[in-house]
Amino acid sequence: MRNKISRRDVLKASAALAAGTVFASPARAAAPEPVAITSDLVAAATKEGKLVFYSSMDLPVGEKLGKAFEAAYPGITVQIERSGSERLFQRVAQEFDSNIHTADVVNSADASHFIRWKKSGWLMPFVPDDVAKHFPDNYRDPDGMAVTTRLWLSSIAYNTNLVKAEDAPKSFADLLDPKWMGKMVKGHPAYSGTIMTTTFQIVRELGWPYLEKLSKQRVMQVQSSTDPPKKLALGERAVMADGNEYGIVLLKEAGQPVEPVYPTEGTPTISGPTGIFATAPHPNGAKLFQAWLHTRKTQQFFVDFTGQHSVHAQVQPKAGRRKLSDIKLMKEDPASVEAMTEEIKTRYARLFRV
Amino acid sequence: MTVTTTTSPTPRPRIDWTRPVLWLFAAVLFLLILLPLSWLAVFAFTDKNRHPTLANFVTLFSNPDFLDPLLTTAIIATTSALICCIVAAPISWLVSRTDMPGRQTIRALVTASFVTPPFLGAVAWELLAAPNSGLLNQLYRLFAGEDADALFNIYSMTGIIFVISCYTFPFVFVLVANALDTMPGELEDASAILGGNAWTTARRVTIPLALPALVAGALIAFLQAMTLFGSPAILALPAGFHTMTTKIWSLFQYPPKLELAAAAAVPLLVLTILLLQGQKALLGRRGYSVIGGKYGAPRRVELRGWRWAALGFCFLVLLNPVFLPYLALLNAAFSPNATTLVTPSTATLHNIVFVFTELSSTQLALKNTVILGTATATIGTVLALVIAYVTTRKVIAGHRALGFLATAPVAVPGIVLGVGLFLSYTRPPFVLYGTLWILLLAFLTINLPSAYQQLQAAFATIHPELEEASRILGATRLQALRQITAPLLRTGVIATWCFIFIGVMRELSAAIVLFTSQTKVLSVLIYDLNEGGDLAAIAVLGIAMLVITFAVVLAVNQIPISGGNAGAKLRNG
Repeated sequence: MRNKISRRDVLKASAALAAGTVFASPARAAAPEPVAITSDLVAAATKEGKLVFYSSMDLPVGEKLGKAFEAAYPGITVQIERSGSERLFQRVAQEFDSNIHTADVVNSADASHFIRWKKSGWLMPFVPDDVAKHFPDNYRDPDGMAVTTRLWLSSIAYNTNLVKAEDAPKSFADLLDPKWMGKMVKGHPAYSGTIMTTTFQIVRELGWPYLEKLSKQRVMQVQSSTDPPKKLALGERAVMADGNEYGIVLLKEAGQPVEPVYPTEGTPTISGPTGIFATAPHPNGAKLFQAWLHTRKTQQFFVDFTGQHSVHAQVQPKAGRRKLSDIKLMKEDPASVEAMTEEIKTRYARLFRV
Repeated sequence: MTVTTTTSPTPRPRIDWTRPVLWLFAAVLFLLILLPLSWLAVFAFTDKNRHPTLANFVTLFSNPDFLDPLLTTAIIATTSALICCIVAAPISWLVSRTDMPGRQTIRALVTASFVTPPFLGAVAWELLAAPNSGLLNQLYRLFAGEDADALFNIYSMTGIIFVISCYTFPFVFVLVANALDTMPGELEDASAILGGNAWTTARRVTIPLALPALVAGALIAFLQAMTLFGSPAILALPAGFHTMTTKIWSLFQYPPKLELAAAAAVPLLVLTILLLQGQKALLGRRGYSVIGGKYGAPRRVELRGWRWAALGFCFLVLLNPVFLPYLALLNAAFSPNATTLVTPSTATLHNIVFVFTELSSTQLALKNTVILGTATATIGTVLALVIAYVTTRKVIAGHRALGFLATAPVAVPGIVLGVGLFLSYTRPPFVLYGTLWILLLAFLTINLPSAYQQLQAAFATIHPELEEASRILGATRLQALRQITAPLLRTGVIATWCFIFIGVMRELSAAIVLFTSQTKVLSVLIYDLNEGGDLAAIAVLGIAMLVITFAVVLAVNQIPISGGNAGAKLRNG
């Protein structure tokens, strides 16, 4: 019964996105029964009164989400621990090694983290109703450990006060032009999951020589993928070599002088799955949050408010924004990211000196 | 001024708890300092399986990834120390020995730059001097034309040296001004009477007497600059280079290379110890400025027509650590765009609303910081007080070792201590990581040396005969301390308390290694926000942080029994 509905939705959604497989196809799927938001769950969560959400979302975006949850379920506060996904991954490892379990729910911009967490047995299987019905299989873990909450891009962008549209770079190759020497800003793959995923896709498509040449362009090196759009809006640098496209979209809508560029080679695409830790100190709050986060309503709010994308079959793109299907995307491949993480960190540090 | 007579151990009817209490303190101190350093040593000299090896050091010294940061750090620290001396020496002389107007104001402003955490200063200077968006560069382009090159580039070696100097020179100022304040005026008078003109007097008397303080100041500035984490992390990484502290920190990246981090900490430690030894050897007979006890107040040099020029010079210098950064932060706090000058029509409360109603870490970080600040200051003052008592009155055997232990943390850079504490307290028998206790230990250890030295100086001024009189009349040592010595020490105690509290507010380098989501402090939150580029939120939090610091310091100084003006004391010592 449930399968019939989801199958149709899956086809619809996959056709729209076709951006690769985030979760391996189920060999022996053992997902738990889908769970709806019941009054019992709400009561149990309210009794816990709190939940801790480790997330790499841009802070204003993440906090807005937390406040929306608090408004929907009065009596539960959400503490958001924002940092870069790679940093969060390190801290989760450090905390778990020391037997410290404060995190309930985690959203990472590096989908490969869920492969490792799942292997370590750190995740709690949980499938919300909406996920079972409306999320395509390739965006959810077959064992119910995680589901892609959001999809976004890492694009090029420029400051329209500093660069004329006709002079703007059109491709990654254009960024190697000496005229951009000292004028670019980018994030760091050892801090940001978005940039780690982006770097992987760029290396796969363009090879290390591209990054080697880019590193000679005296690029301003910031940490988070949320920072380059802000540095661009301030006019601190003219061109963003990588960073959150949604940051650019939101800043542009707020009237800031920034413009995204979808490179001709394809735009790196990032999946941000969310999962619950098996050791969550507030398990009911965590489940309620996970269920709420993936309802049509929340996903629609998220898409409208944050400029990112949803794989929920019933969510509509916001009018006036560019559709994912109109953009040439690079394919995701978390399993290969996992295999290459160390190489990327090491070679990147050698090239960019930090 | 200490007296070497020991009190005779005559049998007393009541139990004297002094010794057990003092031994307890000694044991605590021992644990506090030696445990992290031992773990650091173990990790530095072993491999993953704890088999002894020197491989970590081989990696370290054969790899340019480590050698470059070492060299960079050496350049930054040396240059900053020099600049601090060049700037601080004339200002302290002007404030202490001349009739320049507004001397108290200048002292207060130097205090303000001392209270400013260096990482906050670094962010403020990003707002001012980022090559393209910085306010000062924008201003410059108004005159020089839109396409002009940046006047300042804060993301550079020069930029870092400049910002570090801004927030390190107060250390030199305090030491030199203090030395000049207490310098006996008679010596200069004697020189004048013997026919020496102003310059001769300065050259033959004043400068030599102030030199030890200046050397000590240079050393402290060097150590500060070498061990800072926040400013280089904020300014050097965007420019594409590491210092030792940012490099050590990057070794915590997954998978953490704790052995290398421990090994990389060793050069910083060794260098610090060598420098401290060097200072000792260089100055030899220390403290000759107070040998003669109380002399008359020094005579102030009349600057005549130069009075206002001197004041102008002081203000010009203080533009950099105080006025400009605070203007930039205020502007960012109320502006919709951090580096656009705010006007009445564009002013917004959005950032303030965001930080205090939406940012879910604010409350927790504020709470943790205030708890840690208060607890560290209180425990640290008590600890320093007891150790200072023991060493000045030579109460127990081994008091010298105790004094050494209390000063030893000076040689341990914050991030090194952080690594050591992390290694010590994430494994049995003491599992403290994840609690505020580990941060408390870190802040306590870091602030102990200066607290101890302040209070030791305070004790040295109180003659033991007062205590002895009390004890002859039948009081135990603890009673004598409580009833006689404590009231006399109030001013010094309050100053020390404030000093530690401010120290906790400024501390980032150990906290960054030791925090967890539930034990976040303001400094770490601000650093996190910087990595995400949320400059406006930093401005709001930074200003809130300063308001709290000043409020607490003022409140503590208002405690009625405190007496005296600890604020003045704070500025001097």
